[in-house]
Amino acid sequence: MVLLTLLAIAALAMVRQTVLFSVVILASIYSFLIASVMVIYDAVDVAMTEAAVGAGVSTVLLLAALHLTGSTEAPQYRRQFLALFVAGVTGAAVVWGTLVLPPFGMAEAPIHTHVVPRYLEKAVEEASTPNVVTAVLADYRGYDTLGEVTVVFTAGMGVMLLLRRRSRRTGRKQAEADT
Amino acid sequence: MSLDTVLRVGTKLILPFVALFAIYVQFHGDFGPGGGFQAGVLLAGCVFLISIVFGLDTAKRVAPPAVVTAMVPLGALIYAGTGVVSLLLGANYLDYSPFAHEPVHGHHLGIMSVELGVLITVAGTMMALFYAFVERDRQ
Repeated sequence: MVLLTLLAIAALAMVRQTVLFSVVILASIYSFLIASVMVIYDAVDVAMTEAAVGAGVSTVLLLAALHLTGSTEAPQYRRQFLALFVAGVTGAAVVWGTLVLPPFGMAEAPIHTHVVPRYLEKAVEEASTPNVVTAVLADYRGYDTLGEVTVVFTAGMGVMLLLRRRSRRTGRKQAEADT
Repeated sequence: MSLDTVLRVGTKLILPFVALFAIYVQFHGDFGPGGGFQAGVLLAGCVFLISIVFGLDTAKRVAPPAVVTAMVPLGALIYAGTGVVSLLLGANYLDYSPFAHEPVHGHHLGIMSVELGVLITVAGTMMALFYAFVERDRQ
């Protein structure tokens, strides 16, 4: 509960803040809070990923991007009620959706009665990996993880192509200017 | 770069442990939390830290950009190649059973190989993104 309150405070502070540097640091704090929440829910793998990616790498990358663009938000003159309306309706729909979910940790929830018991019973026997998360990710659901790796690969390639091509062109211009 | 001495010495002290922790997370992923993705991000974090504290040139000596760029497709290839190997050994795609005499050991090896692919792609992508952002700064 304390963590969730802190999360809300961090989110509100991010919205209010116009200095983007502070926003990035607040986003990092937000990620750490989410990671702590995940630890409380015993989802250690997710917490680790969130702490490493959300609070670590993405903060560094965002700071590097800020260094290129400038670190204050452009002032906004018009109040955008349509955007507020769309965001409000979407948020309400998501909250409404959570109302029909089974309560957290209920043993009879559909997600715990389908394939999960089999994974839990057989993971050590079949894949010799006591960490069931790893067994599911890399073995039972190997296709999904292959897809994830491909997504990471594609994203990396895309950003590299976008950012590198620009620099090569300016380099060529520089060379033409020199000659 | 003339940064704070405390920062430089502190970084030197911390770095080996971060790298060791990354390797631990990678190879202990079967038993504890973690795996290729987390280990890759931690390894990339080491290079980020070197670059921030000791400068980009030092980081490039540790992880040359050519190697980093090659790592991005290499990991995905290792992952997909593991599947092809199981096809060649007469099993379904990404079925690790035939990798060893006993299916259990085969699965263990298969998971290791796949996680290695994840590690290489993730670490490579993160470092390549970082280099791409920081390189633009120089022009």
